[in-house]
Amino acid sequence: MRSIQSSLANLEEVGIRPVAISVDPPAVSHDLCQKAGYTFDFLSDPKAYVIRRYDLLHAAAGINGQDIARPAEFLVDSSGTVRWVNLTENYWVRARPEQIIEVAKTLR
Amino acid sequence: MNIRKFNWPLWTGFLLSLIAFLSYPLVFIWFPVTRDFPWANLLLFGLAAALLLFGIRRAFATDRTHPRRSKIGGAILATLSVAIFGFFILVAFIIARQLPASHGAPQVGQKAPAFTLSDINDKPVSLSQLLSAPLNGETGSAGALARNAQEATIPPKGVLLIFYRGYW
Repeated sequence: MRSIQSSLANLEEVGIRPVAISVDPPAVSHDLCQKAGYTFDFLSDPKAYVIRRYDLLHAAAGINGQDIARPAEFLVDSSGTVRWVNLTENYWVRARPEQIIEVAKTLR
Repeated sequence: MNIRKFNWPLWTGFLLSLIAFLSYPLVFIWFPVTRDFPWANLLLFGLAAALLLFGIRRAFATDRTHPRRSKIGGAILATLSVAIFGFFILVAFIIARQLPASHGAPQVGQKAPAFTLSDINDKPVSLSQLLSAPLNGETGSAGALARNAQEATIPPKGVLLIFYRGYW
């Protein structure tokens, strides 16, 4: 998230809107955005409906055994079609903004 | 302190293996180059191992003033260091990779499933809104205020959906 925030201007320049999604309730995300200074959209999926719809549920993996999302990134073009997917196999390894900017340049 | 008495390679090796472990979450995780594969930490562990080997040889040398204490100390510190290394390997190469496979995730070329979720102000936001609302324009969240009135009319070329584990 930190690297997305620090590259936000570059991402927007190539027409990309980053959106973060987790099971955290809006109030928790609100706190996080304030503390960490994140200025892009954070959406809440507390019941993991969308997370399940995208087949990203990591059952009982939360700190209190709740269902959470496994990390993943999708680049969706303006027609709603997925253009790039990153399903990491290591939750320390996430998509880099530079990778996304490269893909974004191929979008119309 | 008597330099002859103090087994500095042993202690330095032990401290270095601690640093090798802690530097991953504290330092190297912030740089993709050292994060994707923890080579910097493995390098530090290698250095620590060399110092420890040297330190153990010293601890078991015949000219120690307290041979017994020196041997026990050496064995304990070396064991602890090996345990730290083992724990690092466990966390970095096994626990961090225990993610469920995702065969049903939308693939390239498929339509992204539509959704509507609440933003940080409890306002519902849909994927189609995210795709059509002008970039730097209003989608309802904290920073999405128009920064530049001219840019505010251009919809994004794409939306990057970032699913994450949560803040807790």
